[in-house]
Amino acid sequence: MGHDMTTALVLDDVTLGYDGHPAVHHLTGRFAAGSLTAVCGPNGAGKSTLIKALVGALKPIGGRIDRGGLDTRAMGYLPQAAEIDRSFPIDVFDFVALGRVRRTGLFGRIGAQDRHAVAEAISAVGLEGFEARQIGALSGGQTQRMLFARLMLQDAGVILLDEPFAAVDERTTGDLVDLIARWHAQGRTILAVLHDYALVRAHFPQALLLARECVAWGPAREALSAECLAKARRMSEAFDHHAAACERAA
Amino acid sequence: MYDLLIAPFADFEFMRRALVGAFALAIAGAPLGMFLILRRMALSGDAMAHAILPGAAIGYLVAGGVSATAMMLGGLAAGVVVAVGAGVVARATLLREDASLAGLYLVSLALGVTLVSLRGSNIDLLHVLFGNVLALDDQTLLLLASIATITLLGLAVLFRPLVMETLDPSFTQVATGAGAVTQFAFLALLVLNLVAGFQALGTLMSVGLMMLPALAARLWTQKLDAAIGLAALIGVASAYAGLVASYALSLPSGPTIVLAAGVVYFLSLIFGRAGGALRQLPKRRHLEA
Repeated sequence: MGHDMTTALVLDDVTLGYDGHPAVHHLTGRFAAGSLTAVCGPNGAGKSTLIKALVGALKPIGGRIDRGGLDTRAMGYLPQAAEIDRSFPIDVFDFVALGRVRRTGLFGRIGAQDRHAVAEAISAVGLEGFEARQIGALSGGQTQRMLFARLMLQDAGVILLDEPFAAVDERTTGDLVDLIARWHAQGRTILAVLHDYALVRAHFPQALLLARECVAWGPAREALSAECLAKARRMSEAFDHHAAACERAA
Repeated sequence: MYDLLIAPFADFEFMRRALVGAFALAIAGAPLGMFLILRRMALSGDAMAHAILPGAAIGYLVAGGVSATAMMLGGLAAGVVVAVGAGVVARATLLREDASLAGLYLVSLALGVTLVSLRGSNIDLLHVLFGNVLALDDQTLLLLASIATITLLGLAVLFRPLVMETLDPSFTQVATGAGAVTQFAFLALLVLNLVAGFQALGTLMSVGLMMLPALAARLWTQKLDAAIGLAALIGVASAYAGLVASYALSLPSGPTIVLAAGVVYFLSLIFGRAGGALRQLPKRRHLEA
């Protein structure tokens, strides 16, 4: 499968895993440029693993990921909130400012222009007044807003979100979904790992349903049909921890 | 008052040397200790300090006595081996990094003591275990000052990547690609300072001026830069107070310096404004928002 201007990411028979145990098996397909896709599936389906591989944090065991020459550092990545050390002594402003790291560099000064951009991002996610707050003093929803502000500053053409709405209330989810819709309208390519199927059907045009391999990939309403979801459940329950080596042709 | 606080340093060169050496250790150790705490490596630093002993001991045997250069080179080599070794054991076996460090440092400590005892006197052994801050020669002093300078310059360059890597490692690796390099550079600076601490405070207490002031400072402020500055200040004050007390009361100087820092630590545990015990008591009044 080739790469052209209308395609942001291509997966060619990709198998991902840890210690040889595959978490995602033989996945093939493409994410169109400017598409907005929800990645769904039961726990352990390989959703986060797929995101990690797409940002280059995990090398595929087999197959190939084609990013069309895009540097992985230019991708926007929102890790699961649990991966952040919230006891670290840093305030909201400084945390969000780290999203500018590609402009300021690892050693460069944070100038007036940068400060302005940081303040703008903080206000865009509705956290004005919290700039000097320690990140450990934020609620779950506020933390997620802060992560979105940092992501916004990365100004990335391809954005990958790992469970952006885990442990977040309805109002915050609504605000953040609006932000995602705005990024989508700006022509950015977006993938988000999500568990709330109603939310996906309402706001995400595309969906990829995973259960260690692709169950369905296409328009969200079809990919998340009752039939496909039942199939995903069956496949994840049938998983064998002592599986023999996969003989499927690579 | 003069007799107690200033005379020892005015009258004796070895006291002045001890003061300068301990200051260098305290100032360079403060930021390192703070990052060790934030990275949840407070005990790993101590374990690695014990683990440099066999290297220093081999340097001691080769040089045929207590020699700063030989013991430093040996210590550096051992520190790198242990730091890398612990990482490899953690990755290649079931054991986690803290468990593998525990295994390595116990063996290292036993091996080091055995090696020194092969050829040396009990005095030499004491020197290696507890250091001798009152016997810093020109060469050692220069070494401590150089390591402190390298550490401060290195950390100034490394500060932002190190904060990012500690705070959010997966984001940092993806957004900058500098995660592993940062980790390695930090460990390199750490090993350098363990070797420096070893010269003055010995293998058993070389992290004393690194960890205790940083632990104390962490209890007073939520601002990282302020906490590091405060830690350096506490370290310097402890070094001075420890030397004065050891002179006046004829106590061993290295342990007295560490004890002085320990006193500040215990006071901070109780009174610290950003996490001391009194602060954690139920509050009568709280803010409105």
